[in-house]
Formats: sequence, structure tokens, C-alpha cells
Amino acid sequence: MLELVPAQAIDRELKIRSLLQPKEEGMSGHQPPNKEPLETQSTANGMSRRSFLRGAGITAAGTALLDGVQGLQSEAAATSNGVKEFGPEPFAISLHVNGKEHSLRIEPRTTLAEALRIQLNMTGTKVSCDRGACSSCTVLLDKMPVNSCMTLAIDAIGCQVTTIEGLANGDQMHPVQAAFVRHDAMQCGFCTPGMVMSCAALLDRNPHPSEADVRYAVSGNLCRCGTYPKVFAATLDAAGHPATKS
Amino acid sequence: MASHITTPASNAVLFAAPDEPEQATKTVSMPVGIPGYTLHEEERTILATQPPILPVNKDLEYIGKPIERYDGQLKVSGRARYTADVQLPGMLYARFVNANVPHAKVVSIDTSAAESHPGVKGVHVIETVLGNAVLRDPTLEQSKYPVVRYAGQPIAAVAAVTPYAAEEAAKKVKVQYEPMPFVVDLDTAREANAPLVFPGAADQAGTAGGGGSAAGIPQTGNIHGPHVRKEGDAEQGFKDADVVVDARYITQVQTHSALETHGVVADWKPDMLTVYASTQGTASVREELAGYFKLPKTQVRVITEFMGGGFGAKFGAGNPGVVAAILSRKAGAPVRLMLDREEEHLSVGNRPSSDQRLRIGAKKDGTITAIQLISFGTAGCGTGAGCAGPASNLYKWATLHVEENDVFTNGGPAAAFRAPGHPQGAFALEQSIDELAAKLNMDPLDLRDRCDENPVRRVQRKIIRDSAIWKSRNPKPNADPGPFKRGVGLSQSIWYRHLTMNSAAEVRVHKDGSLEVLSAVQDIGSGIKTNFAQILAEQFGVPPAKISVKTGDTNYPVGPNSGGSVTTASITPAVRDAAWQAAQKFLASIAPALGTTASDLSISGGMVRSASGKFQPIAFRNATAKMNTDEVSAQAKRVPDYNAGKYDTYGGIDVAELMVDTETGRIQVKKVFAVHDCGRPINPAQVISQINGGVIQGISYTLFEHRLLDPNYGMMVNANLDKYKIAGAYEVPEIEVQLTESYIGQSSTDASGIGEAAGIISAGAAIGNAVYNATGVRIRQLPMTPAVVLAALNQPLPMSEAL
Repeated sequence: MLELVPAQAIDRELKIRSLLQPKEEGMSGHQPPNKEPLETQSTANGMSRRSFLRGAGITAAGTALLDGVQGLQSEAAATSNGVKEFGPEPFAISLHVNGKEHSLRIEPRTTLAEALRIQLNMTGTKVSCDRGACSSCTVLLDKMPVNSCMTLAIDAIGCQVTTIEGLANGDQMHPVQAAFVRHDAMQCGFCTPGMVMSCAALLDRNPHPSEADVRYAVSGNLCRCGTYPKVFAATLDAAGHPATKS
Repeated sequence: MASHITTPASNAVLFAAPDEPEQATKTVSMPVGIPGYTLHEEERTILATQPPILPVNKDLEYIGKPIERYDGQLKVSGRARYTADVQLPGMLYARFVNANVPHAKVVSIDTSAAESHPGVKGVHVIETVLGNAVLRDPTLEQSKYPVVRYAGQPIAAVAAVTPYAAEEAAKKVKVQYEPMPFVVDLDTAREANAPLVFPGAADQAGTAGGGGSAAGIPQTGNIHGPHVRKEGDAEQGFKDADVVVDARYITQVQTHSALETHGVVADWKPDMLTVYASTQGTASVREELAGYFKLPKTQVRVITEFMGGGFGAKFGAGNPGVVAAILSRKAGAPVRLMLDREEEHLSVGNRPSSDQRLRIGAKKDGTITAIQLISFGTAGCGTGAGCAGPASNLYKWATLHVEENDVFTNGGPAAAFRAPGHPQGAFALEQSIDELAAKLNMDPLDLRDRCDENPVRRVQRKIIRDSAIWKSRNPKPNADPGPFKRGVGLSQSIWYRHLTMNSAAEVRVHKDGSLEVLSAVQDIGSGIKTNFAQILAEQFGVPPAKISVKTGDTNYPVGPNSGGSVTTASITPAVRDAAWQAAQKFLASIAPALGTTASDLSISGGMVRSASGKFQPIAFRNATAKMNTDEVSAQAKRVPDYNAGKYDTYGGIDVAELMVDTETGRIQVKKVFAVHDCGRPINPAQVISQINGGVIQGISYTLFEHRLLDPNYGMMVNANLDKYKIAGAYEVPEIEVQLTESYIGQSSTDASGIGEAAGIISAGAAIGNAVYNATGVRIRQLPMTPAVVLAALNQPLPMSEAL
């Protein structure tokens, strides 16, 4: 049985878009998620979010501030139409990663994977294809697994980012991590963090998956050592599946 | 290793140790054979310094048990630090500038814009490209810069303070080419007037993983060969045959596609070059860097804590290692040079293609009178396309005629790739053997019983004969009505007991009761660290998790390069010997405090015991407190095999069950039953992991993977993982692995490797034979994409005649 796209995916997209929307003067805090259809969303200057990010910088209209983007007012250059541009030089943002707030300076083009690995030295998240084809770089954005190599760091602003380093509860491994160790669901281990994140996210949204559900959950995760059978078994075991054999 | 290094004579060189002085020996009795089938005792005369003989696995506490992977918790938590993760203070990021033409002389290189790009700390123009075959007569080619022989060949490199700056600057390096005619496909390259990849004969040396070609092979045009082996008169053998099968097989180029790309972090300091390398051989990287820079080995240190997959392609420093070291020296800072995914596909190795014509002649009773294999294959601008290993070594033949040819093309050079030559060779041989069985009206297992003398595979065939999957096979091909057709087929595999004496380890016992083992050997994912912990645990009676295993650093005693399934067989005896010797030293160290002598003491089950009963058994941890120094240690190196004159091969058999959709041409592998031999399995869980992986890689090779070079432009058109399809979760069948625990009485652990023999060799022919069983049609071409399957199903003639 195949799963549908998790509802969180749409919620997250709406949330990010709302954060990038200009806010009205005097408003503070988060706007409620905008319920307009996604394709009608646009920024104040009529451009879609994607299209303006494709350019060299990031813009915000008027005096509006993006949550988590620090010091934009001082670093933003005013342009003739009153739109402020950010970048291409680095600017300060903050990201919520594994329950902590991290301040860092990024260029607009910085991917979440680069921000995590290079700036925050959280190298548990791996980059293998850098093109969204292998899912080695899987992290959770508000519980939804995403390819961090295909996610801009600024897209993670305001989200709870969970990486492989933050999955355990202190010294207590996440049940999926413990099951991966019990089942020897790894060889070289380079795909393992991404596999673990995909499987942990699966159990979060579906505590009692079938093997077909597990295959679906890791259908984007490539493993060149060929450890899949044990990944399936470990994840079913972590879910307490009765048919699991070691 | 290369398929031609497989004769007992050449292998014996590996075992001989003529410089060793004559040493005292002892005669012992050892378990030999397969428990439950052929287990018996045999005598061996071995060095007196060797530890006591290990019993079979069922009588051991830690060895032979599925002990938790030593670094499993580090890997699942993201704390395992790979080369790609290394960050050193002040580290620069480097990028290659790669050729965007397949064949050209480089006229000029202008680096000025790159050098003035903000953040750039060093630019280097490559003087010697590594990996490509090299002209025997270098004077045949006059060129200021290395000639570009494939699109993607590195030309220069830039180091800068950020990855972005390096990438931007690399784009500013201006390279002017004088294009030359090129050829990228095997057939065109063999034509008489084909563009020449090299202006004269050229050779590529193999690596520690194999590949390359023998010296002195003739070359005509782009054809480097033939490499000939003739045993007896094969033509007479065919005349003596009652039945002959004759077919042509074609296989594609496959890229290694390890998830961690090739790369290093190099830190050049005046007194020491330290290199973190994603490598299968810390020793091989050190050797190449020391040689290239003319440094004593003591000034080169190579570290590989964790390694994200290699599959044969990661030996030596290569272009990334050498260039990163040069840039580090220039910039006075550590330099990280990790390839991107496109470069990984283009420039650091692949499995050569093959075009094989295979003839087998046999008597009515299945006795093989002749095998003839004429093969051509392209290893790009390298060599190593030989694939005669299976045809030469799997079956008993009366006569043999083998000719292997490399064909140069303007593609990236090949590298050793998991069982070099054998997936190609077995794809042909094992389908032809099945075809022969059909012609002889024999069962495929009966025919193999007739002509395969390997005692382990004989047992494995019995296991398969008794298996449900084989019993479910309908011997009649194309028996299912309707468009979905089920088939079952098998293939055998063979690999060789390669060893290296460059295998040493040190074991230390500390006064606080802690134990550690050190060796430069790297764990490439097969789990050698866990094996070390198990061996020490068995010796001292301490749980494996309490052992400290330190590997992947050339500061430790020399370790083997992990290629050709050499690691476990080579290094585990050295570890066990060191553990045993350290235990003896430890007992001698505590004997005075206990008022006895070392000969009165023994250690077993975690307790130190007195034979004379002078004291009650003491726990190991309490006993170490009585040591008369803070530490005792022993270093041991691999000793020759106990029966060094005997040449062993091992292998396995895979059975595939699949479904062919004859309307769409799609093949779905449902189940694989894999029966394999790796000597004594030290950790069955890890062995099964490797066999699962070999099977899946084999399925991936058989059904999906295909490196495609555009004949018009010479570029690879699918140089990523979205277009270069490898097997994913949906393509993985149910895999059942059965290990044939097999003892050969050769070393203090009697363990062997599994990497090559597992699955990758046999998957292609097992699937091919199953497709024939399903449809009655033989597919002799890889990958078996739906288009290939449909074409074969619609082929009115047998392919051998049509081709």
C-alpha cells in the first residue's frame, strides 16, 4: 500500500511561504499559514519565491523582516522600487537544529546540507550526489524528510530541523538506530544516516508500517553496498513488527 | 585481481618466504571440510610459534557469532567521521578543472583570472595524469601538457577558502584545445581506420585491487592484445566433442558509484605529509605519495577512519591525492579535494565492457573437451578488460584456448571492480554451460557435478538440489501460459585465495585491564574491525565491545590493501597470533606476583587459571593489576599458509527466481537463494550483509546499469545517480543466504574473504538462465533492459546466428 504525500509537506510549504511573505507594519510573530492555493502565492513585487531566489540575492519588501534572518535591515541594500535585496554576500540567519538555535552566516545559495556540514560542522548528514537523487543527505524539516542538498538553508528558517545527530534522546538511541545496529543494517555506513532518517520519519507518521511501506519510505535512498534487506528488517523490528527476523 | 593471475604457479610466489630462516615447527591436527558434510581432521606441520588450533565455530564463544558491528553505533548516529567530513583549521577547498572534450592536445592554459579570483589560495596545472595507460615509447607524442584522452580528464585544480570560490575560480581557468579525432565505442574502435586513442602501444599497471594488463602484450591500432593462453590443442578438443555450444555475449561498462566519492584532505607540513583519504589501501596511498614526492615513507601518514565504499576503485593516491598534496604545499594550508558525482563517474574507474565469443565442446557424458574464449572489451584509456577467469578456472577442461583483448577508447580508464573480469566472464560461461546441459539433455546441476571438482561447490550443489526454490523450477522452458512467465536459474562463481604478507598487527594489554589492537588496515565496510574485536575477545574472554580497535592509520603496523577479497584471509591470522603472543607475555608479566611461572598459567573464559592449582581462577581484570609493567604488547605479521603448496579457490552458487513480463519486457527478480563459502565465517552477520550486497549489485549490473557515452560528442550522458540507474529499494528481491562454513586448515584463523565471490559474479548468468527457463529465449546482452528483452523475445533466430 503506497502512502500519500504527508500532510506536513503541505503545511511546511505554507509555513515557509508565510514566513517569506512580507508582513504588515506593526505585526509581530508568525502569520497564520496562508491557505491560498500555492500557485497563487507571490511576493509583494509580484515574483514567486522561487523566481527571486533564483537570482543572486534574497529580497524582502519594505521593512518586513523574515523570522530568523538577523540584521537584514543593516545588510540589505535598498533598490529603486523600495525592495531590499540580500546577498550575494553572506548574511546572518539563525536555524533551529536539533532543539537548539544556531546563528550562522550564509550566502543565499547555501544549501541546508552545506550549512549543516560546513558551517555547523554537523557532518553526520552526508552529501553523495548533491542533486536529490540518493537521499544520503536526508534531514527532517518539522518531521518531514527532505533532501538537504536540494533545500536552501533559508528555506529551513523557522522550521525545526532534525539531523542524524539529533535523533537520539541523549545516550538513548532512537529505536530505528538501535534496530539498525541489531540487524547489521549497514556496511560502509555512508548512506546510513539518510536511511535512518527516512525510516524514523516513516515510523513517526506510520507506527505500524508494512514492508511495502518501508520500501516506499527508502525508495529514494540509495545504498551501493546493498544493505536494503536488513534496512527493511530493522525498521519493521523497530516498529515491533511480529514477522521480523534478525 | 586480474583474471590471468590465477594459476597455482604464480600464486605460490605470494606464499613463499625464502628470506625466513629455518624455524622450529610442530605437527598439529586441524579441522578441514564442511561441518555436517565433509568435516574431518588433517595434520599440518606449522611454525612452533603459532597459537593453538582453533576449533570449529560452534565450539567458540565470540568467533563465528553474529557479534554487533564494532562501529555500528557510530555509523547510525552520524558520529562516524569519513574523509568527506574532515575539517581542519584553515582548510581550503579544491576543485578540478576537467577536460570538456574527449580527445585533444592542450595548447594553452591561462590561470590568471582564476588566481586573482577572491579567496583563491593556489592553482595547479597537472603535469602528469595518473590512471591512464602510458605510452611505452613516450617520444611518440610531443605535447606541452598531458594529452586529453577522455572527457572529464583533470587538467588543473584550484584551492580556495570556500567551495563556492573554488568552483567559481575553476570556471575561470581558460583551456585552449587542439581537438583530435576520437572514438568511444568498442566496435568502431576495433575498425582498421579508427581514430587512435594512443599513437603507439600503451600499458596500464594494475592496482592493489587488480585490473591492468600483463607486460609485453602486442598492440595493433587500438587493440591491445591478444593476451593468449593455450593448454593443449583446442581445435582437436572440439573435434573430439559430441556437442559444441558457440555463442556471443556482450556486457556494458559499469561505474563503481560508491556513495562517498574519491578524495582526500591533504595537509603538507615541512616534516610530515598527512593525508586523510577515502581509500581501500592506506598503504597504497602512502606508497604512491612517497614515490611521487620522493619522500621517505616515515614522512607520509595516511588516515582512513571510515570509508564510504570503494568496490575496487580506491587504491593509491590518484590524481586527487597528488594534486591536493601539491596544492597544500603551495598554499601552506590543508586542502580538501573531494570529487563531485559527475567526476566520480568519469575519471576514477569503471568495469570494462566485453564482447565475448565462447565455444565449449563436450562429450555426451558432460566431460568438457575444449573451451575457447575470444574476448574484446574496453577499459577506456586504460586496460584490464580481460574476462577469462571463469572460463579458465571454474571447470575441468581437456584443452583451453583463451585470447583476451583490450580495446582503447576515449573513455575514462577502468579500475579494478569487485571481482575484476568475473561478472562478465561468468555471464557468458554459466549461460553456455546451461545451454550445453540442455543440448546434452542433462540437468544443469548434474552437468556441473560432472565437470566441477571443487569440493565446496559440490556440497553447495547438494544444498541447492534440496532447496525449495530449485525444486519449484519447471525444467521445461517457457512452460507458463500467459504474458507473465516465471523462471528459475542458477550460476556458479569462483574466486581465489589471494594473500598478502604485508599484514601485521599489534596487541596491547594494559595494567588497567584494557585491551587494544592496532593495524594500518582500513575497514571499507566489510567489518574487519569487528573481526579484530572478536579475535581478541576469544583470546582474553573479554566481551568484544570492551576491546579498543584502532585501524586505518599508517602509524600502526602495516596492513593489507583491501582488494581481491584479500583482507580477512591475510590480516586475521596476524591479529590472532599477536593476541596469543600478547597473552603469553601478559601471563609471564603476572607470574612473579602470583608466585608461579608463566607455564603454570593460562587464560580462558576471561579467567587466569593455575594448572597446578596454586590459586583459584582470577578474573582477567584483577590479574592485569599484577602486571610488572604498565603495558605488554606483541606484534605479529602474517606467516605463510600452513599448506602453502595447496592452491585454494572458493565461490558459491546463486539461484534466481524471477518473473518476465513478455509484453513490456520487464524482468522482476523475486527471490535469490545464495549459497556461499568464505572459509571460516568470523562474523556471519557481516558476511551475510556482504553477500546481500553482492547479489544486489549483481542484479543492478544485470538489469539497470549502463554508462553511456555519446558517440557524437564523446561525453557521458548519464553522469549522475538520477540517470545512471542503480538498484534501489523497489528492485531488491527476497534474499536468502546460506553460508557453507568451510575449513581448509591454512592459518590460525582459517578465514577467507567474501567480497568478490558474493553474488556479483553469478547474478548475471543466474538471471539469464532464469529468463531462459521462463521464456525459452537466451539473453546474451547486458543490461537486460525492457528493450533488450523485447528484442530478444522477438528475435526469430538464436542470437549467436543473428549477431
